[in-house]
Amino acid sequence: MRHKQFHSAFQNSRRRFLQTTAGTTLSAAGVAVVSGLGLSSALADVGDADVQKDIRILNTAVAAEHEAVAAYQLGADSGLLTKAVAPTAIAFQSHHKQHVDALAGAVRKLGGQPAEPKAEYAFPVDKLESERDVLEFAAGLERGAVSAYAGAIPLFADRTLSGAAASILADEAMHWAVLRQVLGLDPVPGAFFS
Amino acid sequence: MKGARIGRLLLWLLAGAAGGALAADAADELLVRGENVYQRCIGCHSLTVHRTGPRHCGLIGRRAGTDPGYQYSPALADSGIVWNAESLDRFLAAPLDRVPGTTMGFAGIADPEDRRAVIEYLQHANREYCNGIGG
Repeated sequence: MRHKQFHSAFQNSRRRFLQTTAGTTLSAAGVAVVSGLGLSSALADVGDADVQKDIRILNTAVAAEHEAVAAYQLGADSGLLTKAVAPTAIAFQSHHKQHVDALAGAVRKLGGQPAEPKAEYAFPVDKLESERDVLEFAAGLERGAVSAYAGAIPLFADRTLSGAAASILADEAMHWAVLRQVLGLDPVPGAFFS
Repeated sequence: MKGARIGRLLLWLLAGAAGGALAADAADELLVRGENVYQRCIGCHSLTVHRTGPRHCGLIGRRAGTDPGYQYSPALADSGIVWNAESLDRFLAAPLDRVPGTTMGFAGIADPEDRRAVIEYLQHANREYCNGIGG
């Protein structure tokens, strides 16, 4: 009985998840535009050592975004996501691809070489046995990404990059909240995150 | 995420071994706090595998920048740091100040008690779970 109740609640949350997908995608497009505008002016007059530092921070973010793209691909290819959920996972993956493009573009503008995706990622494939497992895995990555950007934002010498990173953080925090909602968890479990 | 699940299981088992009481003693509270602080790390790190950042199993007692299979920045590899509670505390307070040139683009953990907790968690995980992973 409890299983049926849980299943029903999960399905209801999933329905709401899908109803919000179109709006989420439109919002993400807006965020991407803002990020692009910010990054296009990301060549502030900072010293070479600071530029190199910014490139290193950006490339760490590029590497993490590549991992997120690969993780969502793993979920999409797993056969565990239902038709109801898969399109939203693909939409989130698309956001991460846009983050890669924006961040890698900033690295190039600063004279650096963007980090490439790994040939292989050591994901916990043996632990992913259900749709819920996949969504929990994705939620964990998104939560980690929020912290990673929160830790990176204060470090950029070029504050324009801090603004761009903040817009990406906001997007990934929304991913995390939506995934938590679908999982039946409090979507926003606190007032502050670090 | 995998590490966090393992951590919760370990803490639950420890509470059971202490007599089944759910109330954690001070050491458990520090570990729980440490596990929560560790959530800030999981965007890039895992206990068991190299990700954007290197794994944390085998960290304690290791010379910085020497875990095979991970490409460290020259700055960290040349830092001469050996990881222990003291060196971790100094590094985690402000990684880029401690090792300029590190690729760990993270401002740091400002609260000394948060640093103490996450270091305790890392030491605990290395003792109780890692089983030789990471040397």
